[in-house]
Order: sequence, then C-alpha cells, then structure tokens
Amino acid sequence: MSRPTSAPDRITTPISGGVGASPPRPDGTLKVKGEFAYSSDMWIDDMLWGATLRSPHPYARINSVDLTEALKVPGVHAVLTHDDVPGQMLFGLEHTDQPVLAVDIVRYQGEAIAVVAADHPETARRAIAKIVVDYDVLEPLTDMEEAVHSTDAPTLHPGGNVVRHLPIRRGDQEVTAPVVIRGEYEVGMQDQAFLGPESGLAVPAEDGGIDLYIATQWLHVDQKQVAACLGLPPEKVRLTLAGVGGAFGAREDLSMQVHASMLALRTGRPVKMVYSREESFFGHVHRHPAKMYYEHGATRDGKLVYVKARMFLDGGAYASSTGAVVANAATLGVGPYEVPNVSIDCWGTYTNNPPCGAMRGFGAVQAAFAYESQMDKLAAELGLDPVDVRVLNAMSEGTAMPTGQIIDSPAPVAELLRRVEAMPLPDAAPTDSYDLRQLPGGVSNTTHGEGVVRGIGYGIGIKNVCFSEGFDDFSTARVRLEIIAGEPTAMVHTAAAEVGQGLVTVQAQIARTELGVERVTIHPADTQVGSGGSTSASRQTYVTGGAVKAACEKVRGMVLDLARERLDIDGELRMEGGKIVSDRLGVLAAVADVLGDDAIDETVEWRHRPTEALDPTTGQGFAHVQYAFAVHRAVVDVDVDLGLVRVVALDCAQDVGKAINPDAVVGQIHGGSAQGLGLAVMEEIQVKGGKIRNPSFTDYLIPTILDMPPMKVDVLELADPHAPYGLRGVGEPPTISSTPAIVAAIRAATGLAIARVPVRPEDITGTA
Amino acid sequence: MEFFKPATWSEALAIKAEHPDATPIAGGTDIMVELNFDVRRPGALLDLTEIAELREWSAVGDGFRVGSGVSYARIIEELGASLPGLAMAARTVGSPQIRNRGTVGGNLGAASPAGDSHPPLLAGAADIEVASVRGTRRIPAAEFYKGVKRNAMEPDELIAAFHIAAADGPQQFAKIGTRNAMVIAVCSFGLALHPSTRTVGTGVGSAAPTPRRASDAETFLAGELEWDSPGPLRDSVLVRFGELVAQAASPIDDVRGTADYRRHALSVMARRTLGWAWDSYRRN
Repeated sequence: MSRPTSAPDRITTPISGGVGASPPRPDGTLKVKGEFAYSSDMWIDDMLWGATLRSPHPYARINSVDLTEALKVPGVHAVLTHDDVPGQMLFGLEHTDQPVLAVDIVRYQGEAIAVVAADHPETARRAIAKIVVDYDVLEPLTDMEEAVHSTDAPTLHPGGNVVRHLPIRRGDQEVTAPVVIRGEYEVGMQDQAFLGPESGLAVPAEDGGIDLYIATQWLHVDQKQVAACLGLPPEKVRLTLAGVGGAFGAREDLSMQVHASMLALRTGRPVKMVYSREESFFGHVHRHPAKMYYEHGATRDGKLVYVKARMFLDGGAYASSTGAVVANAATLGVGPYEVPNVSIDCWGTYTNNPPCGAMRGFGAVQAAFAYESQMDKLAAELGLDPVDVRVLNAMSEGTAMPTGQIIDSPAPVAELLRRVEAMPLPDAAPTDSYDLRQLPGGVSNTTHGEGVVRGIGYGIGIKNVCFSEGFDDFSTARVRLEIIAGEPTAMVHTAAAEVGQGLVTVQAQIARTELGVERVTIHPADTQVGSGGSTSASRQTYVTGGAVKAACEKVRGMVLDLARERLDIDGELRMEGGKIVSDRLGVLAAVADVLGDDAIDETVEWRHRPTEALDPTTGQGFAHVQYAFAVHRAVVDVDVDLGLVRVVALDCAQDVGKAINPDAVVGQIHGGSAQGLGLAVMEEIQVKGGKIRNPSFTDYLIPTILDMPPMKVDVLELADPHAPYGLRGVGEPPTISSTPAIVAAIRAATGLAIARVPVRPEDITGTA
Repeated sequence: MEFFKPATWSEALAIKAEHPDATPIAGGTDIMVELNFDVRRPGALLDLTEIAELREWSAVGDGFRVGSGVSYARIIEELGASLPGLAMAARTVGSPQIRNRGTVGGNLGAASPAGDSHPPLLAGAADIEVASVRGTRRIPAAEFYKGVKRNAMEPDELIAAFHIAAADGPQQFAKIGTRNAMVIAVCSFGLALHPSTRTVGTGVGSAAPTPRRASDAETFLAGELEWDSPGPLRDSVLVRFGELVAQAASPIDDVRGTADYRRHALSVMARRTLGWAWDSYRRN
C-alpha cells in the first residue's frame, strides 16, 4: 500500500479526556436528574416478583416449615425452601458456610428460610406471611470475646467459633519501655447505607441456564457461587451488571442472586426481586464491630519501642470475608509508623449477630481508631504535639511493616501530616452573632453559642490496595479498535463493576491515552468476558485499569505493525490524535486509512505483582501489593452541655500516586471522609440480643450536607513504580483517617477520654 | 384497599362517618412511610388534598385559624412573624421536600410524641378544631394527646384546623437530634412567654408517652418573672426552671437516646430557651 494522499501532515485535534483529565462521567447527569436506570428499575414482560421469608430470631432450631397456606394464595407460582436448592446448599466468599435457605437452624435475625414467586409483589409478601415455621428459640451468642474464649458458649459452626486467628510477631517479644500507654477501644457496627437496595432480575434461558441482571461488585464470584448452588455449569449462568446504587463492600456477598434464579428456573418465568429498605438492613453484611486492647511502649522522647494488641472482630453468623478483614486489621494494626517490636493477635469470630464482611476500609478502619487514639494518648502523656509525635514515628519508603514486608514505594506519611498541619484553620466562631447552620445542633436551635467548645484533631490511616496474601488477583480487558463512520473507535469490554466510583470514565480515559483516539465506548459489564475481579480493596483503577492499559498496548502494537507493513516503513511509531506518527517523519497516516475495514480485537488478562501468604504463627510475609495513606485534620465545635457535635472542617491530604481523573479522586476523598464522619458521630446499627433495633434511615442516621463541611483537599502524586501510571488506590484511605481525626478533636474540645465510636451525646454528657 | 378522594369537606366528613377506619392522608409524610415499611395496612385511605379550604388560614380575633392542610413551609413563610414558636419547630421538620408536603394536621392525626409541632401548640395553648357529620368541636391541645400515637378524636372525626393566638411575647423552640438536620426528635421543648396574661406556656416533646406541658415549671416561672421591670434572670431561676421541665418528662431508654440524656437535655434546653426568650423580652 502506498502512502495515502489524504493523510494530513499534522495532528489537528489533540485527544481530550485522556489520563490526567477529568471528563464528565456518563452516568452523572442521569443520576442527578433521577433518570438513571438502577437494578430496581428493571422490568420485563411476564415477570414474577420474588419475596423472602426471614427468621425473626437470632438463633433457633427449625422444627418444621409448613407451606400449605402460602401455596394456596392465588397468584403464587412457587414457594421454595432448602429442599428445592438444585445444587450446593451453601455459599460464601471465603468459606462456603452460609445456607442458600436455612437448613434446620437459623443463626441470625433475618436469615432467609423460604422464597416465593408471585405475579405481584404484594401477593408474594402475603404468601410469605402465611408460611408457618415452628422454631425452638435458642439463647443467642452475641459477645465476640465470649465466642473466642468462653467454654460455655455454643459452637455455632463445625470447627468452632473462631473464623480466623492471626498472630503477628516481630522483633523482641520481651522488650520493655519507659513509657507505657494502654487503652481499650470499641467500634460499633457501621452499615454501608447504599441507596439502591439489593435487586436483580433472573431470566430463564432456553438452554436451561439463567441470565441474571444484577447490581453487584464482582460478577464472576457471583457467577461461580450461583452456578454451584443451581447445579449448573458456569457458562449457563450468565450475569450482566445492572445499575448499581452504591456498594461500599455490601454487594460482595450474594443476596438474592440464587433465590431469584431458583424461582425463575422453577417457574420458567423471569423473576425480579427488590429488597425494601428495612429488608436491606438484613440483606447484606455490615462493618465488623471491634473490641481492641492496645499497649504502646515508647521512649521518653516519644519514639515507639513496641506495640502489643489484642483485637476482636465480630463476624456474626457467617464468615463472609472475615478472614481477610482479620488480616488487614492485624497487619495494619500499628498504623503507618516505624515499630521495631510488635505483638498482635486478632480474632475474627462467629456469633449470632448480623453477619459482617466487607466495608470500605475493611479492618483498617477499626485498627486506625485504636492506634490513632493511642498516638494521641502518647502525645498527651509526654506533652508532645500530636502531629510531632506522629512525624517522629512516621514510616517511609524502606520501613519494615510488622509483617517484615519492606515498603518499596513512596510512603510520604510525614509530608502528608505537615501539609495538613500547614493548611489554614477555619475562623473562630463569631461571638457577637450566630448562624444556626454553623452551630452544633444546626437548625434545631439548641445553642446560640452557649456551651460550644472548639477542638482540633489529627488522624492518619494506612490501607493495603488490591487483594493480598497470595490471592491470584487479576483483571481481564478486551479492547477492540475499528473504524466507525470514518473515525477510529475503541470499545472496552470488562466485567469490572461500576458501582458509582467512576471506573467507566477511567477505562475510557486510559483507552484514549494509549490508543490516541477520541471515541471510546464502554461495553456493558458482563460475564461474556473474563473476570475483572472485585470492585473493592481500592483495586479497580489499578487492576482493571492495568488490564485495559495492557490490552490497549497490545492493540496498539498490532496497529503499528500493520502500519509498518502497509506504509512500508521501519522504526518507532506511535498513535496520536487518530494518526500514526513517527518521531523522525512526523504524521504518516490516519489510523482510519491504515486499519480500513479491519478490526483489531484483543483480550488480555493482567496481574499485579504477586504477594505471598502470611506465616500462620508469626504473621510474617510479603502479603500486600501496595499501601496508601491519607491524613485528616478535623476541627469540631462541641456543645459540651448537650453533647452535640458539628464538624467545622475536615481537611485532607492523600497521596494517590497519579490522579487518573482528578475530579473523581477528589470526589472519592469527599465521600470517604463523609463515611468516616458518619462512623465518628452517628452511624451505628444498634444490636441488642442479636436483633437490629434501627433498620431504617429514620434511625440509622448518615451525614447530611449540614453535617459534612466543605473540605480542603491536597492531592499528592508520588508515583509507585510498580503500578500502572504510578497510581495508588484512592477509595478507602480517606474513610480510615477521618474517624480518628474527628474523635481526637472531640477529645480535645471536651477533655474526655472517648474510647468508642460512634460518639453519642450520652458519651459527652455522662448520661449513657 | 379503598381510596377516597373527596372534593369537599362535607363529602369528606360523610365518607369518614361511613368508613370510620379510613385513614386520612394529606402530605403523606407519615402514612406513606408506614405503608412502605408495611407496618400498617389501612382498609381505606381518605385523601384530603382536594379540599381547598383545609389549605387556608385566616386571622380570627387576636389569633389565627389555620387549616389542617397548611404545609410547614407555608407556616414558616406566611405565619412565621406571628407564630414564631411554631415556625421554629416547622423549620426542624425533615427536609425542604418534607416541609413542602407535611402538615400540622398530619402531626396531630399521627399524635406521635416526637411530632415537632406539638410543643409549640401546647406552649401557645392552641385548640384543635375537629369535625364530623355530627358537628364541630374544639379540643385544647393539652387535652388532645391521649397516649402513644393516640389522640382525643372520635373515629368519625377529621381535623379541620387549629386555633392559636398570635404571639404576645417571645417564643422559642429547641430540639435535640443526633445530626444537624433531617432528624426525628430525641426530645424537644417549646416555650412561650405571655406578658399580656403574665403566664408562661411550655411543651415537652418526645420525652413521655404524649407531648405534654410542664405545668409546675410554668407556674414556678410565672411567679418568678418580673414582667414590669425585667432585669437579668437569676441563675437559680434558670436552674430551677430547667429542673422542673425535666421532672415533667417521663422518658424511656430507646434507640434514639437514653432517658437520662433526655432529662438532662430538657433541662439544658429549658434554661437556654428561657434565657433567649427573656433577653428578647427585656430588649423590647
């Protein structure tokens, strides 16, 4: 092929919206206007509605389940129990320990016992109410420490009540120090509080399989579990991601996936299931409540000598991801500090409380509340500034973690602290006038300044990015390049779940940058392509971003080979602005002319560097891929008479390695900080005797715009040489550090030794 | 479920007489939540939103007759200057969307102890005007609340309006919630100073089975205030008033707070609102 005469001799339109830009997200306007189609909005002709019967008891033996009256309800098409599960009876992320439908026993309030399909959701609910279950109610095991240590406690699962115990032993186990700081800390049960309740649509297929449209965080791990429980080969269980209304970890575990599929296969009709808001509180896992005992030893100068800790995490009735949460809490248990001698034991337990699993921060949140509280206590004991004591002990590149792993990329802990410290403080509250919206209690008019005391506190967190401990963590990306209407157009196809974080935007940005084309379409995420791995552990931009980059590189290599062949030239070429460009010769051809009617379509499976398992007796090993850090400074006004808190400022500095989409990065920091604020001062699922007392947004409070202050955000970009573009996971770190910062500020304002989150008005006023 | 949507008040009363179990619905900010959570399945809904007169208010004598369907947003906007205590309470109701829909009539019908409008209605000595095909009667607010979510109405009655005097002195309202907006009251307190009668009105919310007055606190304070030569309030008066308000409550421990906290917070709110109201009285 001779050189095309139509080729322009320069690039006329630089590509916009590539890596480092902030193109608008395709779903943003739709969501703001209420026009986005969430999974709960799906509809198909002839569909039935599913509903679930749940246990009212946290722990009970089931003597019998009588479906007779439920089956008589007109409009009911199926009523199914564990007897009807076609395949494996149990499912679970790490341990297959959770029944699809309860078998003889229920271990938590809300456990699913039976499911109904009917031609109207109300009919399904009425049929549910007619199922008669005869229970022997048992005394629930609700104390996590008892679950581990008591010999009287019932054994909830074969193998005992400990899901995982992880010891970390590093350095001198007998070492002593002149300054010893002890503390006991508790974290309440936080909920992910996503706005889109669990929902999905299962459509029976002609091949005997199922097509499942579902809001989830990891299509392939759902596929694997659903297929096993349905007794079908995975290829007959095809999943497509439906519109996800938030996730934060709560969609890692199955909810209604198997139930809807069972009903659809049984009835031969599509079945839709949507949980109500109340049901949603019983339909997903929560953040592990924690009880933590810490002892820090330090020199009189404030240098840490050792950290000893015993940590308990309540996993509730089923394991979910408790094992991995234990690993995070333990390995990150001393925080981002240099600690030569470490002795940590962390237990994740079974109890009859609601099951707990993944939530943004994943074990690191609980640990950070304890170790940061300890650092403040140490500073107070020695009369040191809280920032100085942290800087004095700050880890950096080259530091050994308690696991022995050497930090081998930037760890700008001291710099982040100093940057936040240097940010200007908010003005003092005016004394001659007031604006209720600026005061604790807000428009409820509880103070005009009386009793209001300001406090300042700092918090820093460390989080591992990607899956750890030797997990084969990969993502798959398919990239197709072809000419559509004369323009080179890339299509990116992955199974990675967009859950609101902005991955679809990032995928397109990477394709634009790597292929030098403006037009990129994102294929709906489904199981027709290989696994994208989970949308969790702050990993998708790293791993699926890495996979998209690698697939684009492969496609680009093939296009350039084609160009060399068709243009009959040698040497280095690149793709830029829709053109084939050579450093030496300038623009050579339009991609459209080189590619013609051909399409290049490549699929790549991409892995980050491998990690290794932790030694089960010492907790030593290269277990984590990457570490990420954020620092918050909280300024709070506390009405010390009423115990009400207003967070006045919550400024943050975070290292993100490379901001692929700066607007999205700041958005993640805003959102994560707000979620940490919620844990600090209001968010708790209150559980008593194994029962949830506040399963609604009336009484499970999450921050509003009047609770969350505008933030100053300082984004550092210190490249990690091991990561694509040098990027560092963004989503979780701000959730970790904002909570301890706010509590530290409340302590500073009140002088109280607060050791539990969320901090309640009762804790501040002594009326608990 | 049957659904009635009468166009006139007399039609509504006739339906209510015939279907006493029909649940009236105006803004729907309580009823729809209950339906969505399936905590209640009324046999019939009686939609009052077509009846224009329920959305009207008028000045009557030294006060107002306010239709039961007037929204919180309109109370703030149109009646805030004359009924400051009620307007302050209305501002704490839900979100802007809820204040656009929700009505005082709905609060009265639900008779939840946590309803935000009850303390100012008690403090302002409002009367509730209820009607049936049998006729119309007025029930003083202090006699209206009968138990948790129970009021003094007969099954065939509907709430037509409430009657309340324009403020003749400073009024205040304060409410505890564990976030700074959109929150159900942990407890609340309404205060009205009535210089024209040398009396004090109070209302305690969300700290007893019903909203209630703190009568002993009212009597005590009316005796202590120096209406004609108002000087600064003695601390002992503020403290005692707070104690008496707290004593008027009989709170419980529940998911929103402890009984101890509620009593404590009521005493603080009583002291503070009294301080603000008295300062305002002294300035004028």
